[in-house]
Amino acid sequence: MATLHIDGKTYEADPSKNLLEAALSAGLDLPYFCWHPALGSVGACRQCAVRQYRDENDKNGQIVMACMVPVTDGARISIADPEATEFRSSVVEWLMTNHPHDCPVCDEGGECHLQDMTVMTGHCSRSFRFKKRTFENQYLGPFLNHEMNRCIQCYRCVRFYNDYAGGHDLGAFASHNHVYFGRHEEGVLESEFSGNLAEVCPTGVFTDKTLKGHYSRKWDMQSAPSICNHCSVGCNTIASSRYGAVRRILNRYHHDINGYFLCDRGRYGYEHGNHPDRPSRPRLRSTKQSGLEPETTEVLAAIGSFLNEARGIAAIGSPRASLESNYALQALAGREAFSIGIAEASSAVLDALVAALREAPGGPASVRDIEHSDAVFVLGEDPSNTAPRIALALRQSVRQVSIKHAAAHRIPRWHDRAVRDLAQGRKGPLHSAWPAQTRLDEISKSAFCESPNAIAKLGFAVAQCIGEDSSSSSSADSPLQKQAKAIAADLLEAEQPLVVTGTALESEAIIDAARAVVSALAKAGKSTVRLAGIAAEANSIGAHLLQGQALESIVAKVMNGECDTLIVAENDLYRRLPHATVDALLDKLSKLIVIDCIPSSLTRHADAFLPAATIAESDGSLINCEGRGQRFFQALSPKENLHATWDWVGRIQVECQRSDTNPWPDLDTILAKMAADCPELAGIREAAPGAGFRIHNQKIPRSPRRFSGRTSILAHESVHEPKPPEDKDAAMSFSMEGSALQPPAALVSHYWSPGWNSAQALNKFQEEVGGPNRGGPPGLRLFPGGQNGRPHGSPSTESAATPDQLLAIPLYQVFGSDELSNHSAAVRERSEPLAFSLSAKTADRLGLADGDSLSLRIGEQKLTATVRLDPVMSENLIGIPVGLSDTPVTYLPLPAQANVCE
Amino acid sequence: MAFELSQETLDTIDKVIPRYPQRQSALMMILHAIQKEQGYLSLEAQEWVAERLEIAPIKVREVVTFYPFYREKPVGKHYIRVCRTLSCALNGSYKICDRLCQELDTKPGEISPDGKATVEFAECLASCGTAPVVMVDDDMYENLTEDDIVELARRIREEEIK
Repeated sequence: MATLHIDGKTYEADPSKNLLEAALSAGLDLPYFCWHPALGSVGACRQCAVRQYRDENDKNGQIVMACMVPVTDGARISIADPEATEFRSSVVEWLMTNHPHDCPVCDEGGECHLQDMTVMTGHCSRSFRFKKRTFENQYLGPFLNHEMNRCIQCYRCVRFYNDYAGGHDLGAFASHNHVYFGRHEEGVLESEFSGNLAEVCPTGVFTDKTLKGHYSRKWDMQSAPSICNHCSVGCNTIASSRYGAVRRILNRYHHDINGYFLCDRGRYGYEHGNHPDRPSRPRLRSTKQSGLEPETTEVLAAIGSFLNEARGIAAIGSPRASLESNYALQALAGREAFSIGIAEASSAVLDALVAALREAPGGPASVRDIEHSDAVFVLGEDPSNTAPRIALALRQSVRQVSIKHAAAHRIPRWHDRAVRDLAQGRKGPLHSAWPAQTRLDEISKSAFCESPNAIAKLGFAVAQCIGEDSSSSSSADSPLQKQAKAIAADLLEAEQPLVVTGTALESEAIIDAARAVVSALAKAGKSTVRLAGIAAEANSIGAHLLQGQALESIVAKVMNGECDTLIVAENDLYRRLPHATVDALLDKLSKLIVIDCIPSSLTRHADAFLPAATIAESDGSLINCEGRGQRFFQALSPKENLHATWDWVGRIQVECQRSDTNPWPDLDTILAKMAADCPELAGIREAAPGAGFRIHNQKIPRSPRRFSGRTSILAHESVHEPKPPEDKDAAMSFSMEGSALQPPAALVSHYWSPGWNSAQALNKFQEEVGGPNRGGPPGLRLFPGGQNGRPHGSPSTESAATPDQLLAIPLYQVFGSDELSNHSAAVRERSEPLAFSLSAKTADRLGLADGDSLSLRIGEQKLTATVRLDPVMSENLIGIPVGLSDTPVTYLPLPAQANVCE
Repeated sequence: MAFELSQETLDTIDKVIPRYPQRQSALMMILHAIQKEQGYLSLEAQEWVAERLEIAPIKVREVVTFYPFYREKPVGKHYIRVCRTLSCALNGSYKICDRLCQELDTKPGEISPDGKATVEFAECLASCGTAPVVMVDDDMYENLTEDDIVELARRIREEEIK
């Protein structure tokens, strides 16, 4: 640590940081624009000027840009120096010459970094009397609104979009005061990380378009810490609501997971809760014909009698539902009659992944670990589409080599432009193995595009090469062996090698191969090796830990008459099993009870339906792909008839007289019971403070301190202010009453600090700028690693495909493959229609060209779509996007043999 | 593609590309050649260049918009740049521009109704000692007074300047 003197006071500072970071970390206010903790410094905006003195005798000093000067031991600077203060104020003045006075109509107003910095510098009157320059704005797609007149040319947008996130279609045009940030012509911003521009932009140039559709000021929204449930990474979010609907999702900093950035699926998928067709009332099939809407009590009573009259009850939960909801169903139906709602094959693959994560040295890799890896082998996953935040981390991992190279030349990491210039585009090794083209191919050293079996074989070959340490290639090697040797050599050379795998190809062999590579590396002395796993859904891992039955065994129980009443929660069985199987199951059932928050094909068949609260409307826990248990809280108290699934199940228990009172009256009760029943999940209680937590006897407010919510919205019913809803599940209040002190990171509902109204107030919520959350990153990791359990596998034998047969493999779309976000209008707009991917050679052989129509038969199902040529795919493979909502066939057991229909 | 170039320009482009170790380095020379023929660089022209140099169209447009000497819109027969950087601005370049526009019956950035001229402001033309200055195509006019401007405009209107 270095000693730093700022305005006569002494501070400890990290010498690897710059003066701006040190000043902010010390809790001082120093304005800035172009610097960003994740993007580093470029010294473009001149806003963070301070006076630096040579030593204690130096009375003059000189003005320097704090973001461009490294911390040195004994450095003396002054922030309060009058000349430096005036300098900073004139920087804002000249930025303001072209900035419009449209704060009252600007979406950023009230949470604008430019406003905050203007106030902080003291600039308050302007002498510029000429015309302001104006621009034409562009249409940028459904996620972002563009208002270029507000731009202050800090260049953060292009630095994030192109340099950090690898985008190609946002540029900086023209020069001096005409600099324009946009696309080369109007159109959708292609990167799946574009939404971050709304937070990266210090003012209102890029703003959230979905928020604009139902706009509310930051101070008028009630917010709560939430978890993204659109993939298995478990990014932390802040969900904000007003008038009973979620208005937007913001990033909630988690040092080890999402850091400063979310993907667009996570940021804009929230509107599944605002879908116009969302079922929001309990329904009974028996009263459907009469057209009457039954009362909730009526529906619950009916469900109670269904269960009491049942010959046997089974329950199906879901990997997209919370742990509590799954557990409540398990407790209702019993272990033998409960399934987490995935097919046996998927369950086996998930089991292999969990075993691999338990075994991973040092525990499963966090996103932060991924960012810091310097050689990566992605085995059978397409992170850009299945876990986008991990893909963004992988884009940083290939930069590690240039950061180390720069460090050798004594260029600090934060000196972004210098590090990049020195690297000249040099990238660290990223090897990827996935059957089709991926967006990471452009940064990959090698891409192995073969069948799932071949990918597993490559993995085992790499493990063998590491074990034998035979990295020298011989001419007798097959291409696969050559590639394996190259990959093994890169992994062995790295300081922190990483293997990424997952369940995307539904192959146990691939996961076993990844395990083999990791253990070979560990044996070869690479104790720093890490393994990252990607699961299919937000709570796949958590649900798996409840050890339910496979879906097929529940089906069998119904078909053999053991059970005749089924409760399905948050799960569309038509996406899990062949249609014919589900149809047969429904025919055989005497009663079907469905609980869900989105309209699904299954809800139509329900004898009784209960509307579930969405993640933003409920409390619960999820376990992410790193085995980290995390808690989410209600951002709003849902409408009268909406409850979390676990809450509904508790109410059902009362109705069928299995319990005198609701066994799950609140979240803490169900958490305690679950911890007692499943020792492995005991740690989940520590993921966040319980409902009894208080700061000086006060709850944590969901409304910001400037909440002005006393409106006349309910005045036609009563002129009296209604009592805010009570929250028995969380230590948070639905009002602005409560502690003004900073809560633990798991309970942070909004970022605000005096003088910092924008999301940049986050600096005050970290132990040091860009460092861990104050009080430690939230959540609790359940897998310490190193637990040996599963025997080592071997590659399965390739099934010989006849030349006219194709192997259909599942492909994923970041916008389209996730069930929940498909119900969000903006995400749906970005999803692409169903198309088969195949190589030009295969297309030639079938006499097809790009855009032609093709019909396939896979098992019993027939599917027709257009053909799209994939430049890297190997012959006899055909990629089929899964999970899309506009297809007639929502379930295909892929990979599978496919036959071309005439 | 509707976009077409003369054989002469195509030959120039073919000659320029191999001069550089990387194809994309020929970008500015190619843009000059196309602008010389067509008078400006349309979006189609930029996309054509991007394809030719195997780079994204956005990279071409970043360059075209960065340099004031590349134009994205057609101009009149004569392209007139009025310097407005400090020395010229202090010596009346805004007045000069107004007067020039008045004489040519046009507005800055637009083609005059007779198609003979486009007047635009430019940043420093590197002749501060003889401010204010105006460039008509490739020729510099220095130490200008309002009378000089009236005369210059007349010569442009009456096609005395070729």
